[in-house]
Amino acid sequence: MKPSLQVYLDYQATTPVDPRVLEAMLPWFSQSFGNAASRNHAFGWEAEKGVEEARKSMGAAIGGSGREIVFTSGATESNNIAILGVAKMYVPKGKHLITCSTEHKAVLDPMHALEQDGWEVTVLGVNEKGHIDLEELRAAIREDTVLVSIMHGNNEIGTLHPIGAIGAICREKGTLFHTDATQTLGKEAIDVQAMNIDLLSASAHKIYGPKGVGMLYVRRRNPRVRIAAIMHGGGHERGMRSGTLNVPGVIGFAKALELCLANREADQQRLAALRDRLQQRLSAGLTHVHINGDPDNRLACSLNISFEFVEGESMLMGMHGIAVSSGSACTSASLEPSYVLRALGIGDELAHSSIRFSLGRFTTAEEVDHAADLTIATVLKLRAMSPLYEMAMEGIDLSTVKWGGH
Amino acid sequence: MVYSDKVIDHYENPRNVGSLDKDAMDVGTGIVGAPECGDVMKLQIQVEGGVIKDAKFKTFGCGSAIASSSLATEWLKGRTIAEATAIRNVDIVEELALPPVKIHCSVLAEDAIKQALADYQNKQKGASAPSED
Repeated sequence: MKPSLQVYLDYQATTPVDPRVLEAMLPWFSQSFGNAASRNHAFGWEAEKGVEEARKSMGAAIGGSGREIVFTSGATESNNIAILGVAKMYVPKGKHLITCSTEHKAVLDPMHALEQDGWEVTVLGVNEKGHIDLEELRAAIREDTVLVSIMHGNNEIGTLHPIGAIGAICREKGTLFHTDATQTLGKEAIDVQAMNIDLLSASAHKIYGPKGVGMLYVRRRNPRVRIAAIMHGGGHERGMRSGTLNVPGVIGFAKALELCLANREADQQRLAALRDRLQQRLSAGLTHVHINGDPDNRLACSLNISFEFVEGESMLMGMHGIAVSSGSACTSASLEPSYVLRALGIGDELAHSSIRFSLGRFTTAEEVDHAADLTIATVLKLRAMSPLYEMAMEGIDLSTVKWGGH
Repeated sequence: MVYSDKVIDHYENPRNVGSLDKDAMDVGTGIVGAPECGDVMKLQIQVEGGVIKDAKFKTFGCGSAIASSSLATEWLKGRTIAEATAIRNVDIVEELALPPVKIHCSVLAEDAIKQALADYQNKQKGASAPSED
């Protein structure tokens, strides 16, 4: 049975397509359906024109030019092209890469794949708020370091890395800087010139655009970044990404970004106020809650919170109709709790007890209040049946208990 | 995760949530699992004349862990010690239709039953310290 009120608070996972985006896309399916690579007829010219306009506006939106935008199938592909493509091209310079422990798997796994091929990867640790140490980064960059990849906003905890400062260090040390901006494009201010960003990945479906389209910014001058193709074929996207362009997707991506930027600051302030309202309600209604990440420097939409003594999956089960994510092992295929939360050093028990709420364009105060009420009721119910809560209330320090393990 | 109706029923209406006096001579307590593993079960039995009169549980864990321990208390009540000893995790898996990734929840419940029974039996033997498996 479907509960009456469905509340979607998982906007960091994906977003609904904005109706205005869908409207912009529709003509490009069956009317203006041409292949943007068809150079000798009007159908192709029309598609190419649409794509080039989208490319231009998106390039300008991040301080670059349209010629620096490569369209892909999504941020995972963009990250793979950036990392594998740069690695392959810059082999003569060296075989060293730098990233950090809380990156998305779409960055970590291509790096690990390169490790198998003899590359050396330095994975910087993070502090309890999810920040790397900039001096440690500086010290880690070597003569043979070809790429530093540090994300802008973290997808689980929302922590914002100071990418301008990171870009400056990379520029000074003469190494390329890639940032995965999947969570921040259209939300946080991004200027590839001021921030010295050489490569930037993003995806349409996180910003109210369609799934299946992403972009990679590849700097063309000062320095000119070169990328070896990892997808071979018709030589589309200046040889960096062969494959027929997803024209409706590209049009939708550009429209989605345009809508985000039209009102960016006001939208972010509204989201931060709603997020703070949710956080305050949960903190007022419950004891023993912990905010994960950096409370002072995080994505406006993001609240990652641990409720001590209750397990995440059992919480999701009680929060009928509320769509959120948990860092609990029980919600992942690996049966390991979130590696991002573990990297913060908060302890596995708090990782198991974590919930990620992420708000978005269509979130209302009413939805936030309903989610807060249901979360509080579920936590109280589960704490009443939690042996850990009982022990803690008896004054037992759980960290001193000798557990059997399992 | 898609749950069986029985898991949902035990989660929504857990049977026998609570605690018994762990120091009472007629009570056996089993605590298994660890917080960092995401599962801790406390299962207690109260025995009268060789028969389990009451059983209580408290569980920190996923819905399947809560359901496994709730079901265990339901099954324990009214059984003799010997009958209780015969409860196997596979019986719990079958009754709750647990998927393979949740089988460890049933194993934990069986361990908790065994530990509670052993604790009770140790007390009867006049052992002063509670059992450690």
